[in-house]
Amino acid sequence: MQNEIMFAGFGGQGILLIGKILAHAAMEEGNEVAWIPSYGPEMRGGTAYCTVVIGDRPIGSPIIKNPRHLIAMNRPSLEKFAPDVKPGGVILINTSLIPVDSGRTDVDELKVATVDIAKEVGNVRAANIVALSAFVARSGVVTMDGLRHCVEVEFSKKPKLIPLNMKAVDAGEKVAKKTS
Amino acid sequence: MGKVLMKGNEAIGEAAIRAGCLNYFAYPITPQSEVAEYLTKRMPEVGGVFLQGESEVAVAYMIFGAAGAGERVFTTSSSPGISLMSEGISYIAGAQCPAVFVNIMRGGPGLGGILPSQADYNQATKGIGHGDCRMLVMAPASVQEAVEMVMNAFPLAEKYRNPVMILGDGLIGQMMEPVEFPDHLKTEPSNKDDWASNGMDHRKRSERNLVRSLFLDPTALNDNNLQLKAKYDQMKKEEVRSESYNSDTDYKVLIVSYGTMSRVCRTAIDALKEEGIDVAMVRPQTVFPFPEQAVRDAAQKESCKQVISIEMSMGQMVEDVERSVRGGKPVHWFGKCGGDVPTPEEVVDVVKSLIN
Amino acid sequence: MGKTFQRPEALSDTMTHYCPGCTHGIIHRLVAEVIDELGIRKRTVGVAPVGCAVLAYNYFDCDFQEAAHGRAPAMATGIKRVRPDLVVFTYQGDGDLASIGMGEIIHAANRGEKFTTIFVNNAIYGMTGGQMAPTTMPEQRTTTSPFGRNVEDVGMPIKVAELISALQTPAFISRQTVIKPKYINKAKKAILKAFTYQVEKKCFSLVEIVSTCPTNWGMTPLDAITWTEENLLTYYKLGDYKTPD
Repeated sequence: MQNEIMFAGFGGQGILLIGKILAHAAMEEGNEVAWIPSYGPEMRGGTAYCTVVIGDRPIGSPIIKNPRHLIAMNRPSLEKFAPDVKPGGVILINTSLIPVDSGRTDVDELKVATVDIAKEVGNVRAANIVALSAFVARSGVVTMDGLRHCVEVEFSKKPKLIPLNMKAVDAGEKVAKKTS
Repeated sequence: MGKVLMKGNEAIGEAAIRAGCLNYFAYPITPQSEVAEYLTKRMPEVGGVFLQGESEVAVAYMIFGAAGAGERVFTTSSSPGISLMSEGISYIAGAQCPAVFVNIMRGGPGLGGILPSQADYNQATKGIGHGDCRMLVMAPASVQEAVEMVMNAFPLAEKYRNPVMILGDGLIGQMMEPVEFPDHLKTEPSNKDDWASNGMDHRKRSERNLVRSLFLDPTALNDNNLQLKAKYDQMKKEEVRSESYNSDTDYKVLIVSYGTMSRVCRTAIDALKEEGIDVAMVRPQTVFPFPEQAVRDAAQKESCKQVISIEMSMGQMVEDVERSVRGGKPVHWFGKCGGDVPTPEEVVDVVKSLIN
Repeated sequence: MGKTFQRPEALSDTMTHYCPGCTHGIIHRLVAEVIDELGIRKRTVGVAPVGCAVLAYNYFDCDFQEAAHGRAPAMATGIKRVRPDLVVFTYQGDGDLASIGMGEIIHAANRGEKFTTIFVNNAIYGMTGGQMAPTTMPEQRTTTSPFGRNVEDVGMPIKVAELISALQTPAFISRQTVIKPKYINKAKKAILKAFTYQVEKKCFSLVEIVSTCPTNWGMTPLDAITWTEENLLTYYKLGDYKTPD
């Protein structure tokens, strides 16, 4: 069994970071993982994406054409990658920036106003954690406890930010349940 | 220590330290600059040396100087940078000094691109510098394997008093995977007093040591080249490493592939198996010396009808595969150049086209 | 009465390959005397260039490494950084240092690498047979400027001591010559200072030594000395260009 999760958005939205947190959580739960960034010229132009592969045996190809899930944080990402998602996967749409749907009927579309929710919990910069948490709550690729632990570890060098990000995790989890 | 999630480039830097190498000189180039960014912070913590040189040309001689002075030393670069270092690598090989070079390959020729590639295969295995010089070249297929190869590279460089190269592609450098740094791979540097210019007062003998590659007397030059050849022959006997996949089946096709490309092939082999098609793979872990015997043996299996070299280049390793198979079975090539990494689906299609 | 003159311990008992009238021998001797006087022979590593002095390691009795053309300062950087307890010097000619190795010497000097460079400037490529160097004088004939160096075409000769002195970091830069006894003592003092500053872990130091090449200049050794005084020393002015503190 293998799960591939693609994270995509603008540079500065914390896309690579939430991919890393998910990979870390999956590793802690005993899975094989790989985190594959895009590092081509596009990283200099403002879009950022990465793919996290989680499996129960060593990860083969790091080149993923059809991910199982997609977290789209901006509209170009959704339009570019939504058609590639495998049927039955989750497509998280950041409705704070994306006014359209994925156009897919064979996936689980999860709409999250990440920026608005992050503002409510205290800081717009936690929008990425809201998205990650909502996705994890919906997809179950790792446990919420595992996610919480890894968010804490990630911010352990800036402990002031931990309460904010924990609130973001709670809010993301809540919105995923509400809209399911 | 348990597993940690690390980017390939950072893990390579840490692996060198864990192996007992505390000297690093480098020049920035994508896609491996993270090694320098990591070590500029990490080396001071362990009392090591970090220096950003003015060019790859200069860095190669900083490596040569440090190696000649008997210290463990390494550098990292990417394709165009390795070309600039190749002059120095030839001198280091000629002077018989141990040093470790990491090439995180990007596309070429020229500036090429910054995305993953395996197009420096011939340069690394056959033409790293002028003169009869060769390196032991290891090609990792995962971040963990990169760590282990880097840690092994230092004692191997010392065993042969010769440059050793880790040949990775951009993805190996940029990917994050769980890694461990095996304690047993930490080694003590060998005693270099019989040849290194490490200061006469440190040594028991009273003669001074010369580190040089100039031999104006043809007999002396010939002697040096025979010594080098003996080392390369010994590498061929003792250091060949490869791994087989799905080889205990009645496979019709044998894939030879290394590095990141071999992982794509592994996924393709799994997909083909689900369709009832058995394909085997030999994955060279050392590309010089090349696992000739393993490839030949695998190709000679009766069920095997076709052999294909799959690589991120326009067909370089395929020549070694042909040489190894020795005409027994048809040898094909499939590959793409820097950045356009073939997908498992493409590999599946290519393999099917060989069978049908 | 004791011995008043003998071969320095840091020099090997070997005949050199240098031509009659060449000043490399004198410069080797001065460096060796300084190494003896400072008592550092057993912790000194020399770095040989490519050029006439490529075989310098046959004449010095201390550890030596041989660089590629121009790369001696990078090599010395590598040695000194990993073994700061060693005394490291490069011995380079004008083609090596001022042409192919200009990048390496500038950056090593600018980083303040704590080694010493002996730069022998005789305004010509010696080993390869008398080709034009970056330090060849205007109108000077060489095998690659047979009608004389045309400055309209290849520019004026490079003044290395002045050039390196323009950098802020390097602290001891001096130009000397050894063509007559009166200059030799001054040259030795400069070399002694350069090595002393290194031993005291103070700074990068470079001593440029204006030299002769009678063979490739096509002159007798005596004429070469006169030519040096009249042509080179009027352009390459002697003296300390930078001193620490």
